[in-house]
Amino acid sequence: MNTYFHSVRLDRDKCKGCTNCIKHCPTEAIRVRNGKAQIIPERCIDCGECIRICPYHAKIAYTDPFSDIGRFKYKIALPAPTLYGQFKNLSSIGRVVMGLRLMGFDDVYEVARGADIVSCAIRERLACKDNLPVISSACPAIVRLIQVRFPNLINNIIDLKSPMEVAAIAAKREFAQKHGVNESDIGAFFITPCPAKVTSIKNPDGIEKSRVDGAFSVIDIYGLLASQLKKPGVVTIEGPTASVYGVGWANSGGEAIAAGIQNYLAVDGIVNVIKVLEEIENMKLSDLQFFEGLACPGGCVGGPLTFENPFVARARIRALSSKIKNAEPSCEYARPYIDDGSVLLSQPIEARPVMKIDGDMLTAMRKLEQIEEITARLPGLDCGSCGSPSCRAMAEDIVRGDAKEIDCIFKLRDKVTSLAEQMVELIGRDKKEK
Amino acid sequence: MSSGYKESFSIVAGDFASAGEVSARIKIILRMIGIDPAIIRRVSIAAYEAELNMIIHSFGGEMTLKIDSGSIHIDCVDTGPGIEDIEMAMKEGFSTASPDIQMMGFGAGMGLPNIKKNSDEMEIRSDPGGTHLHLKFNIV
Repeated sequence: MNTYFHSVRLDRDKCKGCTNCIKHCPTEAIRVRNGKAQIIPERCIDCGECIRICPYHAKIAYTDPFSDIGRFKYKIALPAPTLYGQFKNLSSIGRVVMGLRLMGFDDVYEVARGADIVSCAIRERLACKDNLPVISSACPAIVRLIQVRFPNLINNIIDLKSPMEVAAIAAKREFAQKHGVNESDIGAFFITPCPAKVTSIKNPDGIEKSRVDGAFSVIDIYGLLASQLKKPGVVTIEGPTASVYGVGWANSGGEAIAAGIQNYLAVDGIVNVIKVLEEIENMKLSDLQFFEGLACPGGCVGGPLTFENPFVARARIRALSSKIKNAEPSCEYARPYIDDGSVLLSQPIEARPVMKIDGDMLTAMRKLEQIEEITARLPGLDCGSCGSPSCRAMAEDIVRGDAKEIDCIFKLRDKVTSLAEQMVELIGRDKKEK
Repeated sequence: MSSGYKESFSIVAGDFASAGEVSARIKIILRMIGIDPAIIRRVSIAAYEAELNMIIHSFGGEMTLKIDSGSIHIDCVDTGPGIEDIEMAMKEGFSTASPDIQMMGFGAGMGLPNIKKNSDEMEIRSDPGGTHLHLKFNIV
């Protein structure tokens, strides 16, 4: 069986079995069973909401160990633009680039440059799309959400790779040409604000294999990088750097603005995105040209693996942007990557329907009836104490054979009361007989 | 053992706060049963328009979802005041909604035309005592 890689995982020792994560999971992918949280792999979209909400830090994201860079002769860092917003008193983006070089990377290729290429590609692709609105492919959690919950909208997703993938392709090609080395000797490592990106590297959609060789979280490299930034040194950046617009992709709406789209809607926060996708699925927004949905609050700056408050990070990125030389993305630079198809997805994005309760329709209808009956018997408080996110979800779990009605503490209380009454009655009868 | 599924939902006149909840519920049910997503989309759009029609124009009523192995049926039964001229109501852009309701973004005169476009069969009977809208969707 094809096992699906997930970055989001549980640290069993830290899990207290509370109900925070089950109540906040947008796809109802978590249950608490036997006092510990369990993630239902088919439903999880790796958005990381549970990481953000868990008070015990029991939800974790798998990222690669930093020592992995040693697997390659040449190592290139691919920093997400969000990284620039993490540091106080940062004089320029060039310092982050230098800091990464000092950490052991041979080169740094800004993902914001990949974003510049993709921005130019969107401008061209948008003209020949008729499923409106065209939906951004940039946020992997949203792509996965569409796969599991909105299969009708898969054809609306723009068939372009994410800036991260394009950055990896460009970084390797340009480094290989410049230094006359083999691309297979070069490792490209993404510095990620979120677990969904890690999953999209290990288990990509729309492409056969990712060109990114590993990912480190912003928060994991924060300490090491911060200490490099403190070192005095001359800041030098080789070659052209990303444009203001490319860096702006870190914020919600940044992509649409970079692509020069007037008629767009940018929504951040996964619950908000779900609501708007429902409207798009019901054809209520077909006059809209472009939809940019980002799972995290504020966009990538709000990623669960970042260090800084997303509002602070956004303000810092804005301040740093004013020092960037390149105002506009260079579509001349992007041209070869667009023309040779490097930016295009090579495989269809597939639906992953996980909502149906049975493969057979008649059985599913019978089960649905049972769910309705059980839901009507449950208290309807949605307290989560049974380990399911709501009474209805619990009824579903019971019908799937994954829970028992007595797991409901109110049902249990009723049962205990009735047992106690029966015992009292028995004792009374016993005494009379004596 | 039943060979299908049936559920009824009540719809209250003027209850804009709940607008769309019944059709959203129907969408979830169809997803759980495993109906083809393209059909779910058509049913959702038609059910939403019908739900809104009942909230905006009727005195309230009931929407019933019935599913059997070959088709999905939606029956909307309300208690009045009926549609005066069904032929006109079927025309795109024709609306009897008040300016207040049009300000809310409803009443564009696309309700019944949209319902017809998205359903495989549509029957409508109306008199001042109420309207009965029957919709059928084939499950291929």
